[in-house]
Amino acid sequence: MSGIQLTRRGLLGLGATAASSLILAGCDQFDFVGERDGQVRKILEQANVMTYQVQRRLIGAQTLAREYSASEIRQGQRPNGSTDPTTPDYLALKANNFADYKLKVTGMVEQEVSFSLDELRNMPARSQITRHDCVEGWSCIAKWTGTPLGPILDMARVKPQARFAVYHCYDNIQKTLSGDIIYYTSSDLIDAYHPQSILSYGLNDQVLPVANGAPIRLRIERALGYKQPKYLHTIELVDDLSPFGKGKGGYWEDTGYDWYGGI
Amino acid sequence: MSEQTAVPASKGPLIYRQSAWTRVTHWIWAICLFFLLLSGLQIFNAHPSLYVGQQSGFEFDNAVLSMSAVNTDAGPRGRTTVLGYTFDTTGVFGMSGSADRPQFQGFPGAATIPSYRDLGTGRVVHFFFGWVFVLTMFVWFLASFFNRHIWRDIIVKPKDVTGLPKDIVDHATLRFHHGRSYTPLQKVAYFGVFFILFPLIIATGLTMSPGMDSMFPWLLDIFQGRQTARTIHFVVMSLLVLFFVVHIIMVIIANPFNELRSMITGWYRASPGTPLNEGDKP
Repeated sequence: MSGIQLTRRGLLGLGATAASSLILAGCDQFDFVGERDGQVRKILEQANVMTYQVQRRLIGAQTLAREYSASEIRQGQRPNGSTDPTTPDYLALKANNFADYKLKVTGMVEQEVSFSLDELRNMPARSQITRHDCVEGWSCIAKWTGTPLGPILDMARVKPQARFAVYHCYDNIQKTLSGDIIYYTSSDLIDAYHPQSILSYGLNDQVLPVANGAPIRLRIERALGYKQPKYLHTIELVDDLSPFGKGKGGYWEDTGYDWYGGI
Repeated sequence: MSEQTAVPASKGPLIYRQSAWTRVTHWIWAICLFFLLLSGLQIFNAHPSLYVGQQSGFEFDNAVLSMSAVNTDAGPRGRTTVLGYTFDTTGVFGMSGSADRPQFQGFPGAATIPSYRDLGTGRVVHFFFGWVFVLTMFVWFLASFFNRHIWRDIIVKPKDVTGLPKDIVDHATLRFHHGRSYTPLQKVAYFGVFFILFPLIIATGLTMSPGMDSMFPWLLDIFQGRQTARTIHFVVMSLLVLFFVVHIIMVIIANPFNELRSMITGWYRASPGTPLNEGDKP
């Protein structure tokens, strides 16, 4: 072998330097991908559209998220995000133990409907022990009890033009100088009608606590935690998500998370 | 046969060793793995702990690795716990940055994209390059199956197994033999990357998707839970980083000019004594 003469130690050092310089190159040269309106960002985000479309074609509308046995419930459900909303409307409801609570279905429906907490609790219930996956990376298994959302949407008779369900919540997830930002998110109608999509009022055989979204939290079991809106009060059927918030279909989505949330 | 004498005894023939498919997919992967690694560490930093099982233990302990910052009498320190053993990793893991502007996070900002905490962007970058990586893998597999690169160079055959001890000795003593195909150790390394590490990192990545879990619940069974899959994803990442480091060291030791030429143009100078074939250049 002809070429440069180097000692073994020198070569090893060179290799390590080359490797670490590649890592260090990530310092801040690529921070521009964080700019939400950048052209590169727009291209990169197309991968999320692709993920959504491929998963929707691949995964049936009815395939269920895994349900676990009771022995897998080894801890309480870890609260995250809003854990104690302070909006006046919510505080008033909470003071009265949610006796005046109404869940409303509005928007592109033939008949707007609303239900009290008692009415929801008296409807056919579904219990499921499922794994809650947070976008941060952790998972927590708990038993959720509630009434399936699909039949409730059927009572309101969703118009054929409707494409999305927007979930409006009570919690002020972020407090800014120009006022509170109220949590909301949205899903397609496949997730809304999914058999495990329930309006939960029970957690681990107890009444759903405030920290976990009392009185009603929607479970969308084939998606991450930020697609499971807590403190839910209105489900609005729409054909366009752009009028809400910053137009990305949810509070976290507006800050740059993917809308689908199934990965 | 008169051509064979045209090659000086001190020099082997110049052979066309890497097809365009191999070279293009190689460089696309190099770019993908760079972005996947740095965006992956960004995602890891959102919850810098790894567990074994279906869920993350908050009220019980199933963590195998965790990074955190703790307050001590001597001020904040970075701590890393691996399999029950705790190390002070101030400056690298758990706590990094300068003394006046410390960062309390798993991996330092220099190793993440973006350099500041931004999980949403980390995910956007990770999934984009994840798609490019997987699609390139698909192209590579088809091309390398039909041009027989997989069979010729990647699949470890009986003669490679018998040649392994000698090749280990050769590598340890830095006596490299540059032939038409890879040496047994190279085959083992590339086979491991293509047929073990790449499939594992893709499958464990998909296991973390609640959508994919509903379609393929057996993913949760083969990896023994979503959190175990996340841990395996991290371990495979570490092995790929190790592969990368060794890969670069070997290129430098073996002759960077010759190795890079074959990675870019496909032409590779074989060792003296390599028999000349049709299509070779002197």
